[in-house]
Amino acid sequence: MSALSFDQATIRLGRRDILSGASFSVREGEFVGMLGANGAGKTTLMRAALGLVPLAAGSIQVLGRPVARGNPAIGYMPQNRGAISALRLTGWDVVASAALGRRFGFARLDRAARREIDWALDEVGARDLARRSIGELSGGERQRVLLSQALLGRPRLLLLDEPLISLDPAHQKSVVEIARRICDDLKVAIVFSAHELNPLVNAIDRVLYLGGGAAVIGPVEEVVTAPVLSRLYGAEIEVVRVKDRYFVMAGDVEVEREAHRHDEAHGHAHDHDHDGAHA
Amino acid sequence: MLEYDFMRTAFAASGVAAVLAGTVGFFLVLRGQTFAGHALSHVGFTGATGALLFGLSPLAGLVGFTLVAGIGMGLFGEKLAERDVAIGMMLSLALGLGLLFLHFYTAAATQAAALLFGNVLGVDSSALLTLCVLAGASLLALAAIGRPLTFASIQPELAEARGVPMRFVSSAFLAIVAVAVAECAQIVGVLLVFTLMVGPAAAAMNLTRRLGPAVALSAALALAEAWGGLTLAYYTDWPASFWITALSGMVFFGAAARRFAG
Repeated sequence: MSALSFDQATIRLGRRDILSGASFSVREGEFVGMLGANGAGKTTLMRAALGLVPLAAGSIQVLGRPVARGNPAIGYMPQNRGAISALRLTGWDVVASAALGRRFGFARLDRAARREIDWALDEVGARDLARRSIGELSGGERQRVLLSQALLGRPRLLLLDEPLISLDPAHQKSVVEIARRICDDLKVAIVFSAHELNPLVNAIDRVLYLGGGAAVIGPVEEVVTAPVLSRLYGAEIEVVRVKDRYFVMAGDVEVEREAHRHDEAHGHAHDHDHDGAHA
Repeated sequence: MLEYDFMRTAFAASGVAAVLAGTVGFFLVLRGQTFAGHALSHVGFTGATGALLFGLSPLAGLVGFTLVAGIGMGLFGEKLAERDVAIGMMLSLALGLGLLFLHFYTAAATQAAALLFGNVLGVDSSALLTLCVLAGASLLALAAIGRPLTFASIQPELAEARGVPMRFVSSAFLAIVAVAVAECAQIVGVLLVFTLMVGPAAAAMNLTRRLGPAVALSAALALAEAWGGLTLAYYTDWPASFWITALSGMVFFGAAARRFAG
């Protein structure tokens, strides 16, 4: 059984096919890096696996079962949109809000639930960070705290949407290392989307590349090649490999780097606001 | 001052409304929906003036109209950008209608002032009972949706993925806000609802980072401001609503200054 499998899946948003007849599967306990240009459908693919986006054709299975909204077997970390970085609540309270987040009635956090939250925070080494206000943490620290939230309920598949966005290289490295360790320790499958392959290349088992409505999964050296990427991008792509770093070039532009720079500009704007508020 | 019956009623009414407003207001601020709360109070004005015109109790009109509008706003959806404009339009439409109703209602001037700026000393014992029942029901309802509401407010995308019924939570919450707004309007008037719903909650958020204590502090501040305002009004003979807004403003700016200084 695979952790996540797409079978001839087509996702249509408006009149555009984000995925058209894509098939691939993620094995249990496997760490997969998901790459693709902006708008290639990385977020949409995760939302489809969560049952938030309907399929136009084909099917998706999560751990051998059809997609269902609120599936407790999936841990999800949405892309950080900046609203949470303005929040003045402790990381612990933010993480805890998910623990009983679906319970109506007069639900109290009992001792077992508190222990589970502390366990999840310990897994990412964020127990001390979680005592501080989530808005005061640096981007990398915040991602660690939010990552622990995805572990609540001990899921078997983690969908992490752009956890590296607007992080500096040192923090990127630590988030990737934590994800790798979680994958090994908890035997959980991880789909980790990113703009750039290089921060992930030594940690992931396989890479899932999206482009032009298609998806290709496989070892990095088989997928990140000129013929495969040229097909996905629908343009002439060159891949330059220097030791274990990959540079994906379209003409004389480095495609991943371009996309990343664009995001960084956004990230800085957020950080600026944040610094100003506490100066 | 407590030897007077009307003062005792005023203290009870403003206390009940303040605790409700402080508690509900915390979530309103957490969700970034303060504008929606403000607009609801204006809809309440239409309801109250309409009720007066047709010889009904203004409180019934206030609660009825804000409730319908609150549930409607919740069902309207989560798209903030579009919502701001729609809410703003609804707000002015409501005030305009309220003005029309007042135009046809003869004893307009005093009633208008009471509705717009509150008349806590005019609350009678039957109105007090209504306020208590409504506040109790609202607080129970808020406690019942408290967990999903908190989750959906802090991390809407994650809550949606985890299967929280977002539209239900949002509508149920705005229905509770509607009742709180109607209660507040009795005390400080529709134009000053912000002072009890938003001021204490925003101040509490500047003073503590823990969720539970912040909610409790917000309710406590609202209560202190309402009672403090009433006491000052008694000794100065200035309007209670003025004193409540003054205290609320002082607490809010004091808390903000403390945060930026520390």
